[in-house]
Amino acid sequence: MELTDFWFILIAILWTGYFFLEGFDFGVGMLLHPLSRDDEDRRVMINTIGPVWDGNEVWLLTAGGATFAAFPEWYATLFSGFYLPLFVILIALIVRGVAFEYRGKVDSDRWRHRWDLAIAFGSWVPAVLWGVAFGNIVAGVPIDASATYTGNFGTLLNPFALLGGITTAALFAMHGSVFLALKTTGDVRRRAHRAALPIGSVAIVAGGTFLIWNQVARGAGWTWVPVLVAAGCLVGALVADRFGREGWAFAATGVAIAAAVVALFGSLYPDVMPSSTDPAFSLTVENASSTAYTLKVMTWVALIMTPLVLAYQAWTYWVFRKRIGRENLPAVHTA
Amino acid sequence: MDVLDLARWQFGITTVYHFIMVPLSIGLSFLVAWYQTRWHRTGDEAYLRLTKFFGKLFLINFAMGVVTGIVQEFQFGMAWSEYSRFVGDVFGAPLAMEALVAFFLESTFLGIWIFGWGRLSPRLHLATIWAVAAGTWLSAYFIIAANSFMQHPVGVVYNFERGRAELVDIWAVITNNTTLAAYPHVIATSVLTGAIFVAGISLWYLLRRNPSETDTRGFRFAMRSSMWIAIIASIAIIITGDFQSRLMFEQQPMKMAAAEALCETETGAGFSVFAVGDVRSECDVRSFVIPGLTSFLATGDWNGTVDGVLDLNERYQELYGPGDYAPNLFITYWGFRGMMGFGFLSMAAAILGLWMTRGGRLPRWRGWAPLSIAIIAAPFVGNSLGWIFTEIGRQPWVVAPNPEGVFEVRLLTETAVSNTSAWTVGLALAGFTLVYGVLAVVELFLLKRYVEAGPDAAMPPPESEDSDDDRLTFAY
Repeated sequence: MELTDFWFILIAILWTGYFFLEGFDFGVGMLLHPLSRDDEDRRVMINTIGPVWDGNEVWLLTAGGATFAAFPEWYATLFSGFYLPLFVILIALIVRGVAFEYRGKVDSDRWRHRWDLAIAFGSWVPAVLWGVAFGNIVAGVPIDASATYTGNFGTLLNPFALLGGITTAALFAMHGSVFLALKTTGDVRRRAHRAALPIGSVAIVAGGTFLIWNQVARGAGWTWVPVLVAAGCLVGALVADRFGREGWAFAATGVAIAAAVVALFGSLYPDVMPSSTDPAFSLTVENASSTAYTLKVMTWVALIMTPLVLAYQAWTYWVFRKRIGRENLPAVHTA
Repeated sequence: MDVLDLARWQFGITTVYHFIMVPLSIGLSFLVAWYQTRWHRTGDEAYLRLTKFFGKLFLINFAMGVVTGIVQEFQFGMAWSEYSRFVGDVFGAPLAMEALVAFFLESTFLGIWIFGWGRLSPRLHLATIWAVAAGTWLSAYFIIAANSFMQHPVGVVYNFERGRAELVDIWAVITNNTTLAAYPHVIATSVLTGAIFVAGISLWYLLRRNPSETDTRGFRFAMRSSMWIAIIASIAIIITGDFQSRLMFEQQPMKMAAAEALCETETGAGFSVFAVGDVRSECDVRSFVIPGLTSFLATGDWNGTVDGVLDLNERYQELYGPGDYAPNLFITYWGFRGMMGFGFLSMAAAILGLWMTRGGRLPRWRGWAPLSIAIIAAPFVGNSLGWIFTEIGRQPWVVAPNPEGVFEVRLLTETAVSNTSAWTVGLALAGFTLVYGVLAVVELFLLKRYVEAGPDAAMPPPESEDSDDDRLTFAY
């Protein structure tokens, strides 16, 4: 296998890891208000992701860094072209991260209420915008001969991309709801179960339309397989959730997210950023990549570090495997 | 302002801001890990309370460092896409390595450390804070390696067909002598920053609060050990700084000349303490000149010859074509002095503090309490000015030419910026500035609140210790 192909796959894996992991912590943030009745409920929900959200977010940094290192042209065109959406995502991630850490630092309802809004905003916005971004990446955007994006912010808000945004938002919310069902006790758990069906239905309809639209427009033959897997897993997750098999439901939404990423990247290959101006201007795994030497160096680093990271992150989830309920929360204690 | 100016302001503001949090995180992570180690070894409650107290302040600060760090990685592509295309084959590697080797480590283990009190064995829990400290120190290495490539590109060839720098020797990039000199300098300044922070707060606490016997013992230990650490770090800063200035003279002679605003080439060039008048437009406005010191800093010889800005500019115009190759001398001249001045001020404060608190003493005058808080700002200002000096001093280059390297591997800042509209960058600049400004107020408010509340607020509430096993020892 060519190293450029290997890195294309690796970047798909990094995005899969990011959407799988931060997907559920986005979901928890998105459902913070709908699934809670009081502050204790919200504390329960936030603490299910408290120890892990930051480590989850590093998958994004790694995907970004890997794109820079392995496909600098892709990184340059994508990040400069999607300047404003990325700016909005960054602001959302900034206030969200700070909110988790600061919300419990002052014992005041108003203080907590504001940070809760920051968490909800910081979770909804990226959950939608990542889908919009990927919708545009696979569908292609105006790129000229010098690999410069020539559209504007409005160009990115086309129906296909917006449907992508609804898809990721619904997928992450569903992933978050089954995660909450798996990790909490009491009322939050009950409400999370109840929410799974309506959210899952949106995910199936929006995601199904989005992925089939993508298939018909540009999919490879084999990418029907991940599309079907994603659809099957979403239905399976709803069934598992209905029968109280929370672990299975969570695994199923996770596989659905992974399958959706595979379908998108599969339909993208061998392009990394198709040009809607002229296919000759498209960035591909070949013309956007770093040199073979750089890819070789990075391959060694990735082969050594990735298993290590997976091992200690898995250990974190093992350490914090217990469910959390209102009865487990320590008293509010601040300066 | 055009796109270039806006993009430079965006990078400057977000980076200086980010680097307010970073040195404190690097320095404090190490100190907190050390306090926890002492608690683990001795079982003395005083060290536990130090760990919890400064650990809380560390977390308040760390959160801001993490979230503002994401912007750093993204904005190379957002605002500087032509730079990214030019150097991506080299520059992306240390950034990706940083994420894989360091960010995962610090972020994952910090989560375990925060929530793992009472859930992991004490020994394992102690290991997690050391993993966090190691992560912060490692991450600095990769960033300094990346930055050093911009100061002194090595390990590359130029691809004429694609018009970009290409990596041929990763080891040369990782062991760039610019990196080897800058890294210990940055680490030492970070340790100084953390130590002055701890010493200042501890002294304030001893003066203004009436701490229990345990906390008095703890804060005295934290204060005096930090003052010693600050002095040792200051000496390391001076030694590594001296090493760096000689490298800078070889690698970026224009920056050396700009640090002194030296117009003409001089043998035995002096070092002025200050200047009256505009160093940008007039020569010979420098005052209180210490003879030969600039030559000594640059060459190690009091009678060495240092090239002046005007001569270097002419030489560069011959080499690289018409243009102005001198940086903004006002900023380099005063930035260099400010960096050193605030560094020496921090060191002097540590020495004074040690003397005032010798043999169990505490100064009588109540004015020392606000001063001990105010001095905490000194290393931060010094850090910022140091980076402003070194980055502005590299201008007009974003990748400075390496005199002994590949001639074509150099890039002017004005050609590095993205082909995007001014209002896009302007909007983002305004947004980042606004959000960062609000969050700075919030962070300072929280730090103040938790400093004033003391260790009691950082310790778990007493009743939770003997309650049932299912109660979490820590939760948001």
